[in-house]
Amino acid sequence: MYKITSEPIKPDALFEWSLKPHHGAVVTFAGTVRNHSDGRQTLRLEYEAYAEMAEAKMREVGEEIRAKWGIDDVAMIHRIGTLDIGEISILISVATPHRKNVFEACSYAIDRVKQIVPVWKKEIRADGEREWVERNT
Amino acid sequence: MRIIVKCFAGCKDAVGAASVEVDFPAGTTVGEAFAGLVDSYPGLASYDRSVMLAVNREYADRRSVLADGDELACIPPVSGGAKFERRLSPFI
Repeated sequence: MYKITSEPIKPDALFEWSLKPHHGAVVTFAGTVRNHSDGRQTLRLEYEAYAEMAEAKMREVGEEIRAKWGIDDVAMIHRIGTLDIGEISILISVATPHRKNVFEACSYAIDRVKQIVPVWKKEIRADGEREWVERNT
Repeated sequence: MRIIVKCFAGCKDAVGAASVEVDFPAGTTVGEAFAGLVDSYPGLASYDRSVMLAVNREYADRRSVLADGDELACIPPVSGGAKFERRLSPFI
């Protein structure tokens, strides 16, 4: 499952989707909105996506994971719109029969998402500034 | 030929719209189209080195030639990735 959504992400739903009888290990990664950046206070983030391409590119990351590790069950949900501090912006789940490689695959997934999936965030700061983040975060 | 240009994040701010339709001469390349957009929307100039360009939702070589009706997307750096991707392949 690869999805861009404007609805709040519910971790339980993705976890349950990932959990199948032949699996013995599920690793999930959640990216969450933190309250600071570069020493400045952040009030909230606004996410925007090129949704059609973003879903295709998330699927491509899943295909890369299948090719590298033979892992079939990868799911990713990325939220867009206005997110408050502590909310989940992205949730990735990787499920396998055995735990070998599953942490590595999940780490690879978020790194690749950051590289090729067209999603942007704008920081809304306590000092009144609003800025698109166009750097490594 | 008519090209649908989609702009995101800072590029959208520079253009003042999420999507514009632009006429280019037949044979225009992706790179030439972006240069034409910079002429129309000078705020895009600062993205010349960092922007990724996609045609019909796939990252595109700046030398590739556009076709009528193509969707050209201006993709400013996503958080951390675009420069890395360009280093992997100098052609995108």
